[in-house]
Amino acid sequence: MKFIQYIGGIFTALRSLAGGMIVTWKELLTPKVTMEYPENRKTLVISDRWRSELIMPHDENNEHACTACGICMINCPNGTIQVTSSSIDTEDGKKKKILDKHLWDYGSCTFCNLCVITCPSDAIIFNNDFEGAVFDKSKLLHRLNHEGSKLRDRKKEASTLDTSAKKENKEA
Amino acid sequence: MLIYSQPLELTKLLAAIDNFLQGNLTPGWTVLVKGILVGILILAAYTLIALSLIYIERKVAAFFQARLGPNRLGKYGVIQSLADMIKILIKEVIQINKADKLLFYAAPFFVIVASVLAFGALPFGMNLHALDFNIGVFYLLAVSSLGIIGILLAGWSSNNKYSMIGAMRSGAQFISYELSAGFSLMTIVVLSGSMQFSEIIEGQRYCWNLFNGHLPAMIAFLIYLISGHAETNRGPFDLPEAESELTAGYHTEYSGLQFGFFYLSEYLNMFIVAAVAATVFLGGWMPVQIKGWEAFNQVMWYIPSWAWFFGKAGLLMFFSLWVRWSFPRLRIDLLLNLEWKYLLPINLANLLVMVVIVLSGFTLTDLFPALFGK
Repeated sequence: MKFIQYIGGIFTALRSLAGGMIVTWKELLTPKVTMEYPENRKTLVISDRWRSELIMPHDENNEHACTACGICMINCPNGTIQVTSSSIDTEDGKKKKILDKHLWDYGSCTFCNLCVITCPSDAIIFNNDFEGAVFDKSKLLHRLNHEGSKLRDRKKEASTLDTSAKKENKEA
Repeated sequence: MLIYSQPLELTKLLAAIDNFLQGNLTPGWTVLVKGILVGILILAAYTLIALSLIYIERKVAAFFQARLGPNRLGKYGVIQSLADMIKILIKEVIQINKADKLLFYAAPFFVIVASVLAFGALPFGMNLHALDFNIGVFYLLAVSSLGIIGILLAGWSSNNKYSMIGAMRSGAQFISYELSAGFSLMTIVVLSGSMQFSEIIEGQRYCWNLFNGHLPAMIAFLIYLISGHAETNRGPFDLPEAESELTAGYHTEYSGLQFGFFYLSEYLNMFIVAAVAATVFLGGWMPVQIKGWEAFNQVMWYIPSWAWFFGKAGLLMFFSLWVRWSFPRLRIDLLLNLEWKYLLPINLANLLVMVVIVLSGFTLTDLFPALFGK
């Protein structure tokens, strides 16, 4: 009886070892998921939810949507954003705040997204361009508004939209 | 028997070198120069094979773990192990204060000399055989077991409990499994009737020993592979170097080139085990031939004999890597259990069965002389 167990044990062991080797053989042939990063830049897919660099989108007329209200600066938990503004007199004699500089420090940002969420005019967003390493700390301080850019005139846009909408209504 | 054309064989080149030396030097000097040339070639081949094995091992290990492995240095990382070698060569050899200095420095040399001695006696191909002893198998077993002295010395002289435990485990394991390896090779010596590698290979011209001795030969092959893995401290038997328990085992205190010696000899021992298994069981450098199929045999002979040898050994090494990355490490008592309660008794019975089969003429060459006979 003992001897039968001894012999049976050998065959059980051989069978289970072969089973293990079949599993690893399948693993050997599975396609590998490793990404070889600098070579695969062109095909690299970064998730849209990835936050890496704060940017202020400008349109083709070099206009942005920032009203220099400073809400992003107030909401930033660690003082990463500095918004400087100046006031000018408009044609119809009103005082208006315009944006001078929107400064954002890449080095101290925690990418919490609070500035983007609270911005009332959706002027800033995080893009997913993750290659932000630089050799000099001073290069981490980004100025988000481009040189010579100005606020997009929302009223004009809205009025043209309004008239077109009315026209459509009349036609209907 | 037809003489086959062998375009890629190194025989002519070797004969030309031999003629050149004999034509220009006195016999004594010829032997000396030839000895030096062979020595340089063996050491160069040793390093080259070890380096490529380290690369292959890392690559295969990576693929078994769903990774890519080294891929930065050169195309697919092929010169990674060369860079590692340069790094190891320029590293400092650290002096251990309370180590036994003489033994500590001697230990790596024991290990590497044993493995070079065994390596030098392998038949790499037709006429590519440094010394064809008439007791080749015995010599190989004898010199390859010298390495354990170096491992025990390393563990003892390091004055470190991890090294000591590692060396002791390694010693227990090596001495136990050496028995099994020896007996399984003896089984084949019984079958082929010779200990000389050239005769063992010649005897496998039409039928490998693995098939010639059918059941007992296959059991011996399996046992030789298992004990070979155990002897080289690899595969599931790497408990002398169990990094989670013993940091690195017997070579914990070694650095730089001395560590490099242990590292090289570990990989080369893996190659030696695979090469001996290929030579003794799978026909060595002899191409696959079928009696009477002259055209087929000629095609097989176009592939040079050293390519056959390295191909067969490479296949067995791949098997060794496959095993290594498949099975978990054995506990020390289970390891000795496997050897003393299973492999050794089976091996002894197997040897007896082989003797009966050979004496009563039940080998394939005896049963079907028209197909497999010499």
